[in-house]
Amino acid sequence: MSGSEFVPLSLTPLLIGICAAVACALPGNFLVLRRQALIGDAISHVVLPGIVVAFLVTGVVSAWPMMLGAAGAAIVAVVLIEAVRRLGRIEPGAAMGVIFTAMFAGGVLLLEQSDTSNVHLDVEHALYGNLESLIWLDATGWASLWDREALAGLPVELPRIFVTLLGVILFTWLFWRPLALSTFDEGFAQTLGMRTTVLSLALVIVAAIAAVAAFDAVGSIIVIAMFICPPAAARLMTNRLERQVAWSIVFAVISAVLGYVLAGYGPLWLGFADAVSAAGMIATVSGVILALTAMFGPCRTRSGAPQEI
Amino acid sequence: MLADALFLQLGYNATLVAVGAALLGLSAGVTGTFLFLRKRALVSDAISHATLPGVGLAFLLLVALGGDGRSLIGLMLGSAVSAWVGLLCVSWLTRRTRLAEDAAIGAVLSVFFGFGVVLLTVIQTLSSGRQAGLEGFLLGSTAGMLWNDALIIALGGAVTLALVMLWRRPMTLVAFDPDYAQAQGVPVGRFDLAMMGLVMAVTVVGLKIVGLILIVALLIIPPVTARFWTEQADRVVWLSGLIGGVSAYMGAAISASAPNLPTGPIIVLTSFAFFAFSLFLAPNRGLLAAVLRYRQFQRRVHLRQGLLALAQGQPIYERLTLRLLQRAGLARADGVATDEGRARAAKALRDEKRWEIVRADHAHEGAAERYDGLTEIEAVLTPDQIAEIDRRIGGPQGVPA
Repeated sequence: MSGSEFVPLSLTPLLIGICAAVACALPGNFLVLRRQALIGDAISHVVLPGIVVAFLVTGVVSAWPMMLGAAGAAIVAVVLIEAVRRLGRIEPGAAMGVIFTAMFAGGVLLLEQSDTSNVHLDVEHALYGNLESLIWLDATGWASLWDREALAGLPVELPRIFVTLLGVILFTWLFWRPLALSTFDEGFAQTLGMRTTVLSLALVIVAAIAAVAAFDAVGSIIVIAMFICPPAAARLMTNRLERQVAWSIVFAVISAVLGYVLAGYGPLWLGFADAVSAAGMIATVSGVILALTAMFGPCRTRSGAPQEI
Repeated sequence: MLADALFLQLGYNATLVAVGAALLGLSAGVTGTFLFLRKRALVSDAISHATLPGVGLAFLLLVALGGDGRSLIGLMLGSAVSAWVGLLCVSWLTRRTRLAEDAAIGAVLSVFFGFGVVLLTVIQTLSSGRQAGLEGFLLGSTAGMLWNDALIIALGGAVTLALVMLWRRPMTLVAFDPDYAQAQGVPVGRFDLAMMGLVMAVTVVGLKIVGLILIVALLIIPPVTARFWTEQADRVVWLSGLIGGVSAYMGAAISASAPNLPTGPIIVLTSFAFFAFSLFLAPNRGLLAAVLRYRQFQRRVHLRQGLLALAQGQPIYERLTLRLLQRAGLARADGVATDEGRARAAKALRDEKRWEIVRADHAHEGAAERYDGLTEIEAVLTPDQIAEIDRRIGGPQGVPA
């Protein structure tokens, strides 16, 4: 395929997909180990009311207010879940289920009430994302990568998700030791004087920011899938945290690239005319990877646990 | 308008929807209780998302066979099959790999949902126009509910309920204490499977009304709400069914009473309102009750400390303590004890001394454990024992008799 076709049409969605996948997979490693994997699911549902409220307040479909609204809703949800869990003495899963479904329902209701469908803010868009449409029209070929004028026409989602990814990497790098310690032995981390509650909240907030940035570009399916599937698959590959994180990045990148390619070109190979949902395909590929590691991964079973027949 | 809707005066279709929704809410509330008590509420999330590829595949299959593609029975069958496969995946991942259940749930729900979305886009490109309404499975749509659809929902709900009635004893046992149930000879695995099967049935039946994302709410919120009101498993089941049924009925009625009120979300928000009400106002487990209990405890501590201070002739600086003493008629506004206050204070001090002896004496170990500075010593020891202790204290020493 020539650069003149690939660069404007596929390069940016591909890069955005990769950045989003890695940005979600990184915090996902810790969430999966801490048995908080479903927080990504909860966050990606509650983002909807945040976006709708931001739209109703500002009246414009623009990125920053919506990102702020979504991040705000995510934080509200995390606080509410914690409050319901503690005040009502309800187990975490049920508390999460109560809050995220109710907030999602509120979001859908607001959406229908405010008649925002005419501004391309609909539920399906929020679920599927629009990765395929994030094309770089100003590009003409590989040379455009050095062309200042063409670079100005890059989809804004790309720099945004890239900055988010850098932030997530920075957080993981800076807090690596405390994160690892408090994940595996919270009690020990506390005796060392670590503020594990603050750290755990920070992790969830970083996850929320990654989710919101990715959500804006690629929809909620990828977000949930990338929080869980690559880290879970990586966990079945190794016993060491460093290697697990490395594997999860590899799996996230493979899912993003392979999923995008299969969605865009797979149907053509099979003789169909139109592409299928890239977001859905990326999630599917990550699931296939997880299935493969669950069947053949070297560390797939609990070590020491009796093998069930 | 709302009253009309609540009393089924809005015409045939609104009545159909309201009754159908109520039945669905009832069976979801009852079934969800077992899931909640088994601490696996979010499995329902995986089940509901896993229905989507089944809907898509069933549609494609029906079209390929020359059918309409929108037959509710066909789509329901498809969604049931894929939900079952999803369920098997969750249980396989949890049992055979070292992944925790939440990771397995999240993986299954996102992957199945993603694959379902892929299929939906295939359907869209295959046959524009014919797939109209398929997206209703995401968020639910009741506007076009037909008599046949309502009948299917009613039948499905009734069968689920009947099975729950039949199995409620062993399922309750399994939900509360799987190990004990195992020891009693209850086949835990099989009843877990039955429980999941029922949840799946409710999900599949409810898809059309509230959609696959919000059906989770109908399975989770009513049991959590019911749990606030009672400690008995049987009552949680029925109360949850009642709450589910009433909120679905009210939600459907409210949504019929005005335009732009989507049924599914309104039903969910109605049951959330019941939840919020219970969280704050339920007796015993509610927040208000907890706050009142705390306040009462606080008062008792302050009163006790105030009495001890009076007995030892120490001034009282704490304003709440002083106010409480004053209100009980034990002290004057300037902190000087009244006659009754002096008597009570002396008794408090003497009891404290008695407790001291009880706690130092190993013979009274059991009683000493109940010392919290508030429990009256008469509530723990018999008059004889107290007399025995008093003998050890001896006569009044330095305290005016």
